[in-house]
Amino acid sequence: MSAPITDRSGARPVKKPRTSGVRWQTWLLGAALVALMLFTLFPFYWAIVASLTSDAALFRDPSLWPQHLIFDHYRALFTERDFITPIRNSLVVAGTTTIFCLIVGTLAAYALARIEFRGKAAIMGFILAVTMFPQISIVSPLYLLLRSLHLIDTYPGLIMPYMTFAMPLTVWVLTGSIRQIPKDLEEAAHVDGATRFQSFTKILLPLAVPSLATTGILTFIYCWNEFLFALSFTLGPERQTVPVAIALFRGQYQVPWGEILAAAVVATAPVAAMVLVFQRRIVQGLTAGAVKG
Amino acid sequence: MKKISRLGHQARLGWTLVAPALSVIALIAIFPLGWTFWESLHLHELRMPWLGKPFIGLANYIEIAKDPRFWAALGHTAFFTVVSISLELVIGLYLALVMNRVFRGRGFVRAAVLVPWAIPTVVAALLWRFIFESQGGIANALLVRAGILKEPMVWFIEASTAWVPVILSDVWKTTPFVALLLLAGLQNIDLSLYEAAAVDGANAWWQLRHITLPLLKPAILVTLIFRTLDGFRVFDLIYVLTGGGPGTSTEPVALYTFNALLQNLRFGYGSALSVVIFAITFGLAMFYVRGLGVKLGGEE
Amino acid sequence: MARIALEHVDKIYPNGYVAARDLSLEANDGELLVLVGPSGSGKSTVLRLMAGLERVSDGVIRIGDRDVTDLPPQQRDIAMVFQNYALYPHMTVRQNLGFGLSIRKQAPAVIATRVAAIAASLGLEALLDRKPAQLSGGQRQRVALGRAIVREPLAFLFDEPLSNLDAQLRVETRVELARLHRKLGATMVYVTHDQSEALTLGDRIAVLKEGVLQQIATPMELYNHPANKFVAGFIGSPAMNFIEGVIQRSEGPSGRMGMCTFKGIDLTLDVPCDGESHGRVFLGVRPQHIEVTADGENRPKGEVGVVEPMGNEQIVYVTLTGGDRLVAVAPPQETIRPGDIVSIRVKPEGVHIFDAESGSRIEPSPYAIER
Repeated sequence: MSAPITDRSGARPVKKPRTSGVRWQTWLLGAALVALMLFTLFPFYWAIVASLTSDAALFRDPSLWPQHLIFDHYRALFTERDFITPIRNSLVVAGTTTIFCLIVGTLAAYALARIEFRGKAAIMGFILAVTMFPQISIVSPLYLLLRSLHLIDTYPGLIMPYMTFAMPLTVWVLTGSIRQIPKDLEEAAHVDGATRFQSFTKILLPLAVPSLATTGILTFIYCWNEFLFALSFTLGPERQTVPVAIALFRGQYQVPWGEILAAAVVATAPVAAMVLVFQRRIVQGLTAGAVKG
Repeated sequence: MKKISRLGHQARLGWTLVAPALSVIALIAIFPLGWTFWESLHLHELRMPWLGKPFIGLANYIEIAKDPRFWAALGHTAFFTVVSISLELVIGLYLALVMNRVFRGRGFVRAAVLVPWAIPTVVAALLWRFIFESQGGIANALLVRAGILKEPMVWFIEASTAWVPVILSDVWKTTPFVALLLLAGLQNIDLSLYEAAAVDGANAWWQLRHITLPLLKPAILVTLIFRTLDGFRVFDLIYVLTGGGPGTSTEPVALYTFNALLQNLRFGYGSALSVVIFAITFGLAMFYVRGLGVKLGGEE
Repeated sequence: MARIALEHVDKIYPNGYVAARDLSLEANDGELLVLVGPSGSGKSTVLRLMAGLERVSDGVIRIGDRDVTDLPPQQRDIAMVFQNYALYPHMTVRQNLGFGLSIRKQAPAVIATRVAAIAASLGLEALLDRKPAQLSGGQRQRVALGRAIVREPLAFLFDEPLSNLDAQLRVETRVELARLHRKLGATMVYVTHDQSEALTLGDRIAVLKEGVLQQIATPMELYNHPANKFVAGFIGSPAMNFIEGVIQRSEGPSGRMGMCTFKGIDLTLDVPCDGESHGRVFLGVRPQHIEVTADGENRPKGEVGVVEPMGNEQIVYVTLTGGDRLVAVAPPQETIRPGDIVSIRVKPEGVHIFDAESGSRIEPSPYAIER
């Protein structure tokens, strides 16, 4: 079939064309992946379609393909139900918590990642332990505490409890991220005469900006999604956050699924967009914090 | 902000920087925990304020031990956790193996798979509730059309069928997270090990069993820790999907505690329940950390 | 044991990078063939193609008489020693050694015996129950070696096995490998970037550059008759000196001859030129063939820049009056100091001529006429 190696006639040996060799194994794996993707994306698809269909049509004859698209639910969301308020509340609470935790957390993370002192291991262990707290275990005393401070149904009344999980999370992820930044650069700065503060602000912080952004995104997502505290520490629509508002939607005669799903889409869209744009960073942040432990 | 003292001892600087974060955590987390424990030793019925707040020692705990609803809730929680984790580990491992290979559209897969993790649990619960809701839900419609069901089923009326949407939605929402943890572990495995095994004669199954899985053990353990703890703390999902129902047949311990506290306003008893949950999760964490700790010590 | 052959192999990556181009070479049954070249030369790629860890874009690979081009590594029956050893970290040395045999479902008793024998011959008996993390670099290397030997494969592939060892260990292990080859009589393909390693170990050496085979020959042949400028400059240490020159046609004793003049060397050589003038050429001389003498008449002169005493010789860096730099080797006892003005003499037996365009050697070697 092929010419022997000593053939120097210049003619290329004839051989059968190189197939790409796609075997049945690859097909099986590919099919499973497609199935998984469908499973993952189906609820979203269905929610969007349903939110654009009238309630009556939904239960009379539900079909996978959009029939008759209407925007009534979305309109009602913002006119009748004042959905803007929960959105605003969530933004304020999640945003404030994130910013505060980032600032305080960066200092702690810097100390834990760069400074040698006794008790570091204990602190890390302590922080890890706190992330394992069941929230339900501290709901009642927090409730009583907030009530005595007249903070029920206020912004600080949510921001403070959110620190319980946002702070440990921030410190944990930031410490892991800073550890991955090589020390050489700061050491070089020290040799060049920079103080610790200068090397922190001029060398480390600029390098840590991606990690800060990632940690901020993660913290924001956790705060935005939080439910138990928001449910327990707010009384009415004025201060309820998005998850609570959606969960408590009440209809006049029946469950207003159209509006609930419209609200779900509105609540989910920004988060989904953030994830799609920052997916690589988020993956890095999650794994840097988690597996190092 | 904190002034960084140039003359400060290393330790002093370290503690100073850590202090704000630590004090926040201590104040907001430890202090309430202590309070909960203190509460649990008292009788505190907010609905019956005339009873005052007498110290009753461990009476609440004894009541818990005899409370059938508590034990049922514990059973529900354990069932939910075990089934969910098993499914999530298997599917998550598969996803991680897939995402570890480079292929076109990998970025899209990663992003798509992350979105369920990123949305609020209550929204996820609502989506799945909607899918399984009533005769008109899409799940019923599809299953009937596919011939699997003869007629539409009311899922939430029986405990056994109510668990299906619950577990399905949890798997849907948290498998991505599991896949990510496992993916991180996978990426730590030296590629040349697979090449050496291939040259030595091992096919794909051999490589999976004898190289991937053993070297993935630390990551699997970390995943188990996180997921078990999350499973035991489950609240949002079931609150929205079934409300604990029908009746209390899908009620997990966290929801039971919530009801005791903020519905029945039995603060003493609810606090005792909280402490019990905390003890269980803490115990589980210790159990895992011991296991993981020993493993790491031996390997290094 | 078997021969390994590549026939007209191409390897082009999806992004367009060409790692190997129309490569044909052969490791004969029982010989140790060294693949050598700078990084990016494709030598590791060739090894991986032989192992089946990469697939060819075009061409055929044979092991023995079998066409293995489409076979996965598992079915090629070759063994490979990786650069970073690739020992299974969660298995003991014993399990690492026996892995290949246990896959092939050998009886446990057989595995145990073979592993024990290999461990004994490599001095690993005391380490059998340790894990790789507890071994030194040299010990890990021996385990990687043992894992390959115990399978009694058709051929061995080595991917820069010595590069992770310190200098002294490298030399010792090199000797061990040579001894091993003699003992086993196995076909071995060995990749390295170190030309001295290639010269000492190889029965034959294949020099690669950017995916193209430059020359495949015995060490002495490569050293004395390099096929082109690249091979000449790559093989041998210190590297060969190159000086630019020009061929002008003239009539000489052997008919149509050309005269080469070289900048600063003032050397005239008879070179056969076909048809038109070859134009620019390079004169190649090894430092060992350049003599440094005291300032003399009618010889190219230069100033000594740096002298490196090596014990058994001195390496002298000279800058000629024309600006060219030369490296010469001088006997250790001569007194040569930086700043000295010296004369250069090129020994006629050490002269090579290379075409400046193609780099190819211009044959036959001219015999030099010194003025």
